[in-house]
Amino acid sequence: MAEARETTVRVDGCAVSVKRAGRGEPVLFLHGARGAPRWLPFMAALAERFDLIVPEHPGYGRSEMPEWLDNVGDLAFFYLDFIRALGLEHVHLVGNSMGGWIAAELAVRSTHDLASLTLVSPAGIHVKGVPKGDIFLWSPETTTRNLFADPKFAEAALAAPVSEEEQDLMLRNALTTAKLGWQPRLYDPQLRKWLHRIDVPTLLIWGDSDKVFPPAYGEAYRGLIPEARLEVFERCGHLPHVEQAEKFVRTVAGFIEGTRR
Amino acid sequence: MKFYFFHLMPYADLDQSYSEKYNSAWVTLPNSYYDPAKGHALYNRYLDELEYADTLGFDGIGVNEHHQNAYGLMPIPGVMAGILARNTKRAKIAVLGRALPLLNNPLVVAEEYAMLDNISGGRLIAGFVRGIGAEYHSSGTNPAESHDRFHEAHDLILRAWTETGPFEFEGKYYHFNYVNTWPRPYQQPHPPIWIPSQGSRETIEWASHLSRRYTYLQTFSPTTALTRYMAMYKEEAEKQGYKAGPEQLGWALPIYVADTDARAYREAKPHIEAFINKFLRMPPEMLLPPGYLSLASMKGIAKAKGSITGGLQTIDDWIEKGMFICGSPDSVRQKLAERQKEIGFGQLLALLQFGTLPHDLTKASMELFARKVIPELRGS
Repeated sequence: MAEARETTVRVDGCAVSVKRAGRGEPVLFLHGARGAPRWLPFMAALAERFDLIVPEHPGYGRSEMPEWLDNVGDLAFFYLDFIRALGLEHVHLVGNSMGGWIAAELAVRSTHDLASLTLVSPAGIHVKGVPKGDIFLWSPETTTRNLFADPKFAEAALAAPVSEEEQDLMLRNALTTAKLGWQPRLYDPQLRKWLHRIDVPTLLIWGDSDKVFPPAYGEAYRGLIPEARLEVFERCGHLPHVEQAEKFVRTVAGFIEGTRR
Repeated sequence: MKFYFFHLMPYADLDQSYSEKYNSAWVTLPNSYYDPAKGHALYNRYLDELEYADTLGFDGIGVNEHHQNAYGLMPIPGVMAGILARNTKRAKIAVLGRALPLLNNPLVVAEEYAMLDNISGGRLIAGFVRGIGAEYHSSGTNPAESHDRFHEAHDLILRAWTETGPFEFEGKYYHFNYVNTWPRPYQQPHPPIWIPSQGSRETIEWASHLSRRYTYLQTFSPTTALTRYMAMYKEEAEKQGYKAGPEQLGWALPIYVADTDARAYREAKPHIEAFINKFLRMPPEMLLPPGYLSLASMKGIAKAKGSITGGLQTIDDWIEKGMFICGSPDSVRQKLAERQKEIGFGQLLALLQFGTLPHDLTKASMELFARKVIPELRGS
């Protein structure tokens, strides 16, 4: 199993913590609201085939909170600069939830350096009449339960001990998520108008039992991005890369490899 | 010491069994629990109580702002203050809202307060608050921007009151080409400003600043917290090179007076427990959304637990923590005198109606407080 190297990279005046492992085409994974404190099994599996890069967003985890951070658009510009700073030409961009929102905002600004885009239950749009889960009003336990279709994942997550440092990072991540997504709730009203600009192969992955963003959000995204394909995972919640890691890796690797010309 | 009769105007007719189905009287409790016919009677009863406080000789009366809940029925406290400005002639009128960050245009507060100050002939006390966490859920206001929006809205209102308009205000959250508030406040340069808070170092540093010296009100807090924050204010003032006067330090708490200790305890018990366990009931996610407090304060709370949201509490818990004072006039007077001597506050806001406390008991308690507690403490 590939070991991740942890480094600190400074871009736009902000020092961010980056985990990286593997060789091959670069894959940049943008994490969700809970951050990316640990190297997870799906990351190790992707790093068997690709050069996987997992930064912690500005304001999350061990990365700095920059003065300029006000909204997800700021993070989209930040990651355009990050990709350039790391010299990642033709990067495969993968983002989940908040990270999927950042990835979509990035791609409507420029796909110049992107080889493909994979959005995994991304935030970023609102579908009228389809309520989202309220991650800010759910208790931590309810949130954990609502993230998974299979309760055994929630049970395991709830049983795991939480260190004081992890507790502090969770508070910090929640604060940054609120700052970026409290109102309008986890979306940008302007984004949907420009999703048609995305002109790289795009894969959408959604759990059929996602309680944060119901599957109707996946269908709406598919309708807004030309050429996008939607893969719905059965009996799966908001975190397909955790809950169905093997299938997720197979699907993403197959998609990325299929984009080679 | 100065004495204020402070009202929350709870929906006292709330079906108490709501808690079997809902986890709070805030945000998500359906408003089908509200009966307008009962609300009509309650509003008029509560206004009578506030007006009665004026005739009983309280130095001031206070109203409050909360949104989308059964705990307090004054989402627009200016409505109440406007009525009181006409129906009372003597008492100061403290508006212990307005929740500035919740507003898209804080100039409406500069206008509303200036109107009240003019109508009442300078009896207004202008409260500025951030609103409680639940209100960030109810209003869709970003709690992570709460402090910054509060400070910016405050600066805007102060300038609107004290600078000749029109002028341009260039903020991050508020930007106006023409700030030119009519009417101007009756009190010059502006009405006294009070800052009610549950207590935080950031708020105290800000309120006590030499350029502001605002009255800081500690609300519904244990004696330990009251003591700590009042001392903190005095220390901050000393750092700034002045001595904080008692008029800058206020304490707000529920109080109940009856002719004997035993009777006061017996009469108050169901009503204060309804206040604590039904009206204040709120899960932590509702009370403390991310960003509402600084990360350091959130970490402190995560460790301390046992906030006002933690589990069912009794009248004894609140008496023991010093969050509720109840007893005969002698006992209440003695307790207040002790605290005042230790802590040195000069403004006391007595919440003499709380939870489900009915009108007859409220009135009797108000009368005993005004006649047998206030006179001997007034000079202290």
